[in-house]
Amino acid sequence: MSNLLGQYAEVAGKDVVDHLRQLAAPLSGMRVVHVNSTRVGGGVAEILAKLIPLKRELGIDARWEVIDGNPQFFRTTKSFHNALQGDPADISEDSLREYERVNAANAESLRDELRSADMVFIHDPQPVPLLAHTQERCGKWIWRCHIDVSKPHRPVWDYLSEFLAGYDASVFSMAEFAQHLPHTQYLIPPSIDPLSDKNVPLDESEIASVLETYGLDPTRSLIAQVSRYDRFKDPVGVLKAYRLAKRFTPGLQLVLAGGGADDDPEAEAVIEETREAAGGDPDVHILLLPPDAHRTINALQRAADVVLQKSIREGFGLTVSEAMWKGKPVIGGDTGGIRLQVVDSHTGFLVSTPEGAALRIRYLLHHTDSMAEMGRKAKEFVRENFLLTRHLLEYLTVMVSLANRFEDRIELG
Amino acid sequence: MDTGRQSAPPWGAFAIKDCALVAIATGRRARTLLELRDELRTIDPASIYFHFWGGLLRSTFDDPRFHNGFAIWADHGLHDTALAERLSVIDPTDFGDMEHLRARLIEVIDDDLAETGLIPTAREGAEFDFVRSQIVIFDTDRRLLNPAELPGAVARMSRTSIFYHFVDARRRTPDSVDDFTTWLIDMDREGFQDLCVGLASIDPFYGSLVETREAISGIFRDFFGE
Repeated sequence: MSNLLGQYAEVAGKDVVDHLRQLAAPLSGMRVVHVNSTRVGGGVAEILAKLIPLKRELGIDARWEVIDGNPQFFRTTKSFHNALQGDPADISEDSLREYERVNAANAESLRDELRSADMVFIHDPQPVPLLAHTQERCGKWIWRCHIDVSKPHRPVWDYLSEFLAGYDASVFSMAEFAQHLPHTQYLIPPSIDPLSDKNVPLDESEIASVLETYGLDPTRSLIAQVSRYDRFKDPVGVLKAYRLAKRFTPGLQLVLAGGGADDDPEAEAVIEETREAAGGDPDVHILLLPPDAHRTINALQRAADVVLQKSIREGFGLTVSEAMWKGKPVIGGDTGGIRLQVVDSHTGFLVSTPEGAALRIRYLLHHTDSMAEMGRKAKEFVRENFLLTRHLLEYLTVMVSLANRFEDRIELG
Repeated sequence: MDTGRQSAPPWGAFAIKDCALVAIATGRRARTLLELRDELRTIDPASIYFHFWGGLLRSTFDDPRFHNGFAIWADHGLHDTALAERLSVIDPTDFGDMEHLRARLIEVIDDDLAETGLIPTAREGAEFDFVRSQIVIFDTDRRLLNPAELPGAVARMSRTSIFYHFVDARRRTPDSVDDFTTWLIDMDREGFQDLCVGLASIDPFYGSLVETREAISGIFRDFFGE
């Protein structure tokens, strides 16, 4: 067995990797291109960084292309992102024209690659118009939507859906995100990579070193939220929950850790709002980490007693599965993909308010047996459902489906 | 285990297959029980299949009382536990085809609507999304020539292979039985009768596919030895 697949077999099981090989066999030699808008930062880049080499090891000629953009382009696509998650946004005609111009330029530079590919996966809204600018394409085009579009701001959705109509299929993370589109809409939750620096086991000494670096006291309770500084992640709501819980656990510490991404120009403003809300509390640690601080995040998640992901909108929220993989119960916002991961009262708790989050923090910190049992269940739940190997398997299934026909049952061989 | 070199016995070799399932949105959803009933009248049969069987391919901590997606939603979404219990006892293998199963689901819902005179409604965000699935089946190229190979072979099967041969088979086979039973009966109906009764006693809806695999393997071990 090849090296990378062999490593996954050790974590996910040999039968899982055998399964991948069998399903990939009819796709051998296929040219597949994935396109997104950033090589670092955010869950999509993290998934692609491992998905591509794994596909290649399985005999698929997979490539990863990243489109170029300018500040106006990324401001516009960030507005798209917010609008698709329900935030009303007024996007100027000028911005839309720039969005299309940047995509046209990228289509030109990627022309040969996109034309000749057997399958093209376009990730999120940024590169969506590439298809409109790729004439005489050979393969199937699939839009992979990683965000919660269950209640999009209509004008923006209507604008994008005109570009999407030409696609052969879409992939959403959950059924409730699916929209009216004239093609098949597959449902594939994303995944975490158990072999990445963010998720591998760490020595106690490394965890202790990270705590020391950031001035965290290992003898006191610690809660953490790890995510980008984005209003939909509700960092201010987490602060409120922390304050309510701290009245009953005076030594409680909070870490908010995250970074920006190349395609997210709003992060700085949200950090400022969060710092202001923290009001100089010495037990609140607001960390702005570089995109490659994976082992630091890993250590913080492992050091935390309870991990929060109190989003008010969430495409999926990979940090939930990351924490669960480390045996932590997660208190998550009752929204989007968090509902797929946090099985209420089993792998954590779903909450709708900072008050609800505070109650659950208090419960877990005072019921350590329940906390440990939920953490154990959480890890197994991720092993079965949210590892990269399952994600890859479903991508391969979609590819087999698209390469064959859209019948309910496809029998290979 | 054979990979194709030996000739098959007169009753045929057992071809170990595996499968992968991907979910597909139908774009149809229900917020009230009435909407669920109305959507059920015309929903793709593949969606009924998914909501009865598809959940087995995903580990779950849902209430073990409820064995299909409709029952789980009746309880968790509509808070109608009586309806959830009635939907949950529907055994899909009792019905010759999806149309009969569809008719039974609608009948149970109609009875509930008539009995209560109420139309239970889920809160926003807790609607029932009808999902269908596409299943890709592939041959592992592994063959069993002798039933005594079953204990070891089953123990090594993937969860999805167990799904295909023990759960999905009930939809494919004329007698709605698993593939092991079909193979054993073709070989020696009388000789394997007790063994097949044992297999029939395993309820795949009560437990994970890993537990089901252990139960099947255990029955084969008891019969054939290690």
